[in-house]
Amino acid sequence: MTEADPFVVEMKGITKKFPGLTANDSVNFSLRKGEIHALLGENGAGKSTLMNILAGLYRPNAGEVFVHGKPVDFKSPKDAISEGIGMIHQHFMLVPTQTVTENILLGLDEPKFIMNLKKYDQIIQKLGKENNLQVDPSAYIWQLSVGEQQRIEILKMLYRGCDILIMDEPTAVLAPQEIEVLFETLRAMTRSGKSIIFISHKLNEILEIADKVTVLRHGKVTAADILTKSITKEELAALMVGREVLFSINKKTCRKGEEVLSIKDVYAENDKQLPALNGISLQVCAGEIVGIAGVAGNGQRELAEVISGLRKVTSGSIWSRNLDLTRAPVRKGIDEGIGHIPEDRHHVGTAPNLSVTDNIIMKNYNHEPISTKWKLSRKAAQKYAEEMKKEYDIIVPTVDTPVRLLSGGNLQRVILAREISNMKSLLIAVQPTRGLDVGAIEGIQKMLLLQREAGAGILLISEELEELVNLSDRIYVIYEGRIMGEVSNGDIRKIGLMMTGTKLEDIPELSEVVNGAEN
Amino acid sequence: MGLFSIIASAFAGGTILLFGMLGGIFTERSGVMNLAIEGYMLLGATISYKIAAATGNPWIGLLAGIAAAALLGVLHALICVTLKADQVVSGLAINFVGTGVSMVLGANLSNLIGQVNLLPTVAFPALQKIPTIGEPLYIITKQNIMVYIGLALIPIANWYLFKTRPGMHLRAIGENPEAADAMGVNVNGLRYLYTIIGAALAGIGGVSISTAIYPGWFSELTTNGKGWICVGLVIFAQWNPIRGALGAYFFGLLSRVIIDIKLPRMLLGMNNPFFFVPNLTYFLEMAPYIFTLVVMVIGANQARRKRIGAPAALGQPYSRGQRGK
Repeated sequence: MTEADPFVVEMKGITKKFPGLTANDSVNFSLRKGEIHALLGENGAGKSTLMNILAGLYRPNAGEVFVHGKPVDFKSPKDAISEGIGMIHQHFMLVPTQTVTENILLGLDEPKFIMNLKKYDQIIQKLGKENNLQVDPSAYIWQLSVGEQQRIEILKMLYRGCDILIMDEPTAVLAPQEIEVLFETLRAMTRSGKSIIFISHKLNEILEIADKVTVLRHGKVTAADILTKSITKEELAALMVGREVLFSINKKTCRKGEEVLSIKDVYAENDKQLPALNGISLQVCAGEIVGIAGVAGNGQRELAEVISGLRKVTSGSIWSRNLDLTRAPVRKGIDEGIGHIPEDRHHVGTAPNLSVTDNIIMKNYNHEPISTKWKLSRKAAQKYAEEMKKEYDIIVPTVDTPVRLLSGGNLQRVILAREISNMKSLLIAVQPTRGLDVGAIEGIQKMLLLQREAGAGILLISEELEELVNLSDRIYVIYEGRIMGEVSNGDIRKIGLMMTGTKLEDIPELSEVVNGAEN
Repeated sequence: MGLFSIIASAFAGGTILLFGMLGGIFTERSGVMNLAIEGYMLLGATISYKIAAATGNPWIGLLAGIAAAALLGVLHALICVTLKADQVVSGLAINFVGTGVSMVLGANLSNLIGQVNLLPTVAFPALQKIPTIGEPLYIITKQNIMVYIGLALIPIANWYLFKTRPGMHLRAIGENPEAADAMGVNVNGLRYLYTIIGAALAGIGGVSISTAIYPGWFSELTTNGKGWICVGLVIFAQWNPIRGALGAYFFGLLSRVIIDIKLPRMLLGMNNPFFFVPNLTYFLEMAPYIFTLVVMVIGANQARRKRIGAPAALGQPYSRGQRGK
């Protein structure tokens, strides 16, 4: 990639308005042949909107798009693909019940009528080999890992002859080793003349993979075409957020107390009645944060649900201090003061149409002063909600607002207010910061650390490795419903290997020197 | 002898369910719920019988029956696909529309029994010359033309669904319409098409009743809940035509056996309780419907284990830019 390479994409003065929101405000963006150009910004900064315009999903209210110097007006993704632009979405656009080949052929005019899958299987196998994207063309999508599914998405675009790829947060669902493989593939593709737009809000990754970066904030470009070689992580973060961000978390040392959660050899099934937990054993003590790392869908959700009593265990035992929770109803856990921040904050964590007040009192509505005998006191409930609003900094016009109108960060604070104020000893937090912007993440992480210092045991289940390593005292790695091992020094290499299914005892030690350099 | 005529009538009765079931599968594979089969069937039965009586030509009746049901299908598609209303409610409402229109248009049809030209029956007398197996084969193969059309449709439907490009697109829009849309498939256009095709197929089922296999028009008893059995069969079939066909013929057998149980004076050497206490036959006639319930429960459990359940987007209207989750 040099400055002499021609532009393959130029977007000029793009404005896109949604009801009550300007997602892109006269944005300029350009991409040269053979480069990896990162698009950086917080959630809601307008990155995905801009790229959806380029990919033909949305049409801009104003502005022009040029591809290979020629003005274009895309009415659908098909138009964009025919100009060589393919977008790989964050949620994969694959049909799980069909094979790899069927998915790649979806929407094409060829084959005309009868599917000769064997013939196309071979063509796709060959295309995969050429691009270093090995796949089994006759496998069904549901049988594949997330990393493999991503490969199919890339192949789908290559099969259509795309030479400009838009990747929307491609690493969000991958384990560290899979990310390395993806980066290798991307580099190889740019060497063969393809150009890539890489949407992300992860600074380290952008500095590692991208040649250039353009930063968006509140729908506007705050910095364009910066060479990644000439900028630091801190400078990038300031451009993205608009202020300085602290990366190191101030973590006080805490004394480990008594055991507040003890899980022994727990088995459980998932919603499809397939085994999800296969003999999990772990402990959490008061005053520590215990992290659970793992690629999504390896039993994390089921683990949180068995502890809070939402899912039945098939065997094993769960104890909190002296209380047997193995087959206890949910109410027993609540009375015991176990807090649970569920993964799905919109449907499990809150009732969207109920007010902030109703959502906050969901766990203690049956105690004085909110209820007296059989009667609920609106007044007491509202007073309590107002207190919570103040204490947890929930930004909302009134406590009678339905929670569906709240932003992600505020919604999460409503849940935290309810869970923490009723918690006595144990908090289970599943993906507490997912999808939030940097500022909200900071606030929620601080709250968790505060609870730890106050002597609570916290089980933190997250897919954000950086967060886990920063917050946790110990980290267990879960893979296919089994604990692969436990690390207490935040060794990313070991965690990564365990996330892809290697047991801790099978991981060879690196020499002291390399280990030292890594930390 | 008796056994073979039972088999023959199992095929005949099963054929009606077969068409309705295939109609259900094609519509639901595209992601549109089809609870209106009973309404389509009754309308198809009524219109075909009426037109066959008026023109004297049952084939024109067949086409008219298909067209009438398809037209009702357009209404269902309009409500579900364009207006994005609740598909269950629309399906139930379409049933009432189909039944209501049939009652009005069919007012005088019940007097015409025996006076209407019917779709032809096919028989192979030459088979009788074969010793031993000839006679049974003749009995089993002496069927209305619709039975043969139905039999031919099973492999065609299966092939279309799993081995052709339009079939692949049909399955894709029912499983992940976003993915199909992103690749340039016209999701809502195809949903219209398959809702109408499904209605037409159910209409053929109705035609097979009134103008072919069980000739005559007996107000809402013409279909007598067969469309609802089809709804259950679709689930039992796990949206697979071959499995559904087996189910349809089995139900055909079941309903024939019920007649064989309730009619004779003596059953298994005893006084037949169903003959002497006619009220008991109501319980007997419930059997297929109870069986439908049982089969649906079993089918649902199996499907959950084997990942071959309902199309993932079944019942969800699709509009671009509105992510389902």
